[in-house]
Amino acid sequence: MIRLENLTKIFETQKGSVIAADHITMEVPSGEICILLGPSGCGKTTTLKMINRIVPPTSGKVFIEGEDTSGMQTEDLRRNIGYVIQQIGLFPNMTIEENITAVPRLLGWDAKRYRERARELMDVIAMDPNIYLNRYPSELSGGQQQRIGVARALAADPPVMLMDEPFGAIDPINRAVIQDEFLKMQQALKKTILFVSHDIDEAIKMGDRIAIFRAGRLVQLSEPDDLLAAPKDEFVESFLGDDRALKRLNLVRVGDVVSSDIGTVNPGDTLATALKRMDEYGYQLSILMVNEQNEPVGMVPRSVASLTRGYCRDHFQPLPGTIHMGDSLRKATSIMFAEDTTWLPCIDDNGKVCGQITQRAMTRHLGARFRAAARTATAPATGA
Amino acid sequence: MELIQYAWTNIDVLLARTVEHISLVGVAVGLATLTGVPIGIAITQSERVARVVLYVASIIITIPSIALFGLMIPILSVFGHGIGYVPAVIAVLLYSQLPIIRNTYTAINNVSPALREAARGIGMSPLQRMRQVEIPLAIPVIMAGVRTAVVLNIGVMAIAAYIGAGGLGTFISRGISQSDPRQLIVGAVAVSLLAVITDYTLLALQRWLTPKGLSRSAGAGA
Amino acid sequence: MLASMLQRFGRIMVLAAVFAAGAWTYATGFIDEFLWHWPDVQYLTMQHLWLTAMSGSLAIAVGIPLGIVLSRPSMARVAESIMQVLNVGTTIPTLAVLALSMSFLGIGTTPAVFGLFVATLLPITRNTFAGLTGISPALLEAAAGIGMSPTQRLFRVELPNALYVIFAGIRTALTINVGTVPLAFLIGAGGLGELIFTGIDLFDPAMMLAGAIPTAMLAIAVDALIAVIAFLVVPRGVNPNRA
Repeated sequence: MIRLENLTKIFETQKGSVIAADHITMEVPSGEICILLGPSGCGKTTTLKMINRIVPPTSGKVFIEGEDTSGMQTEDLRRNIGYVIQQIGLFPNMTIEENITAVPRLLGWDAKRYRERARELMDVIAMDPNIYLNRYPSELSGGQQQRIGVARALAADPPVMLMDEPFGAIDPINRAVIQDEFLKMQQALKKTILFVSHDIDEAIKMGDRIAIFRAGRLVQLSEPDDLLAAPKDEFVESFLGDDRALKRLNLVRVGDVVSSDIGTVNPGDTLATALKRMDEYGYQLSILMVNEQNEPVGMVPRSVASLTRGYCRDHFQPLPGTIHMGDSLRKATSIMFAEDTTWLPCIDDNGKVCGQITQRAMTRHLGARFRAAARTATAPATGA
Repeated sequence: MELIQYAWTNIDVLLARTVEHISLVGVAVGLATLTGVPIGIAITQSERVARVVLYVASIIITIPSIALFGLMIPILSVFGHGIGYVPAVIAVLLYSQLPIIRNTYTAINNVSPALREAARGIGMSPLQRMRQVEIPLAIPVIMAGVRTAVVLNIGVMAIAAYIGAGGLGTFISRGISQSDPRQLIVGAVAVSLLAVITDYTLLALQRWLTPKGLSRSAGAGA
Repeated sequence: MLASMLQRFGRIMVLAAVFAAGAWTYATGFIDEFLWHWPDVQYLTMQHLWLTAMSGSLAIAVGIPLGIVLSRPSMARVAESIMQVLNVGTTIPTLAVLALSMSFLGIGTTPAVFGLFVATLLPITRNTFAGLTGISPALLEAAAGIGMSPTQRLFRVELPNALYVIFAGIRTALTINVGTVPLAFLIGAGGLGELIFTGIDLFDPAMMLAGAIPTAMLAIAVDALIAVIAFLVVPRGVNPNRA
């Protein structure tokens, strides 16, 4: 857990004093990722860097795991906080192993222990220790270097990590991959993480909570879905963009919207049965056909069923696509738009059908949250 | 042919002079490194002091060596060391300061801010940062400074033969005064070869001292 | 506070030292002796400057065009090896250059000017080459892209952008030149070296200083002069000293 209390930074410049961070008070519960988000110069990076005193705070307190850090030695404090920066900052004169084990060596671990730890960490970041441990940073790609940067921060197993736009310098394709890997890693490691970003999409993807900064102040601290549904003021709203409803598509899983009570046909059913079942369930256009293992194999269109006689197995058409229960609504929408369809069968890990998702259900789900948020927004604001 | 024969018959003197030349320059640049590197590190703490120190060092290096000898001899003769190897070694010491101080200073100053921040962020103390990050990264550039100083001062030491410091310059000075082209050419070629060979040797040493991870990216000079 | 007090104290100490040195030299009759050399100093300074001007302008006139030619893409294959040779050349001590020049050309002004020319040429060519080849390829591509001919590119883009580095080369080269001119005396070309070397031979401190002080001051003055010229001539956008 990280708690900031009235953390303030005033820079004295020749043109007078500038308040870079103004009484920031917030808390990140253990095991969560909190994204500090805002335009450049909003104080998010200053706030982050005050936690490990790269920027010494003017006033205010930082608590880590409930303990006031102001009494700690700066070096001890930093060795117990993982730190990842955008420029990565791997030491070019050290091998990958020496880079990863930098903190354990500072902490005086014995050689056997930190070497083992280096191999463990390489497994965590999915890089082959035998290939990479003896290489130098200049021999690695940008994405690999940042993985090593993350490994170095994790080396002494600190409960808390600070990340300053860690994936900002990586190309978009690799960034998505490394974000996914990082999230997977976080599920196992459960670190408490403060993460600076200026990319709203990254924030929504990575954050359990998002803190929006503006001109040195913390404007709003909410869970991503709440943030998108109920921005606190016009600044937040404009920062989120006018497609914020679309951004929520990333946050909602297919499983949240799926309707599991669906009508299907088997290859052995007659087309008449198919037509009857479509009427029963109110399907306008088509019905899903599944095999004995309950796997989706095709669909029978209403036009065919109403004009032809015979069995489904002879008259079905291929499915436009299927969607996994864990996928985001964004992916579902994309497939629907691309294939010009209003519904998709949903499958589980084994490829069995467990329901279907329709455009109607999606818009209703999203709209319900917006209407609820609009109601609470008019009531006195609580928290954040 | 005649030259080679001359060189061969005088090989023992030639070698003795070469050793003398190398040891004088070596000792003086060695001492200069012991002072220049700490000064270069120290002045990274204050830009103003750095500017003054580098300015003074650059003025010193501008003064022609023979003029420096001319200035030092009257002063040093007060202590009874007007002529000989003492003014030569002092001149080499002084001339070496600029390349060594400047390279040390720039190398340490050029360590990227991101690297410095990373080193601070993982909890290295200032001394640890210096020892584990800044100095290893600066070594190739510092070595380049030492190399510049050595090559420069091989030439200065040749001139110092005129103030009785010995070394390979003796051949040149005798060659000129005795109008003996054999001594003149042997001396000039020997001192030139010494400079070129030393330059390459030190370059090899510089590469060898460069941390492995840097060898591809770091440039040789500064 | 403390710093400014120390500074003032330091200044007073320097003044006092200079004054004491002056008083001491005067008391020993040193200044009279020194002034006795004054006509020689004047004459030899002119000779000194003439040697520098002659060899220096020759070196600039040859060195810059040579650097430009070597930097052309068509020369790329030979340029590297020629630069290697020039790099080796710069490590050769100036006394050796003069000595070799003398052994082939004899005694007098010609071998001295030639030796000085060679010693001065190398840094100028080296820096011209480095300055021109160091220009970012994007800049050259942009210049070509807007339709400049190779000549236009050279004069409007490449040379102005390389000027700072070229001037740095000229400065180094001429400083070396002025510092080497005293050695030219050894091969019979005169210059302030005459006072220094003769002073050393005769162990006459006044004579040594009469040569050494103007030589040192000349070197510093030439160095400063070129720095000033570079400051004024190099376009502001590519002049780190004129941000």
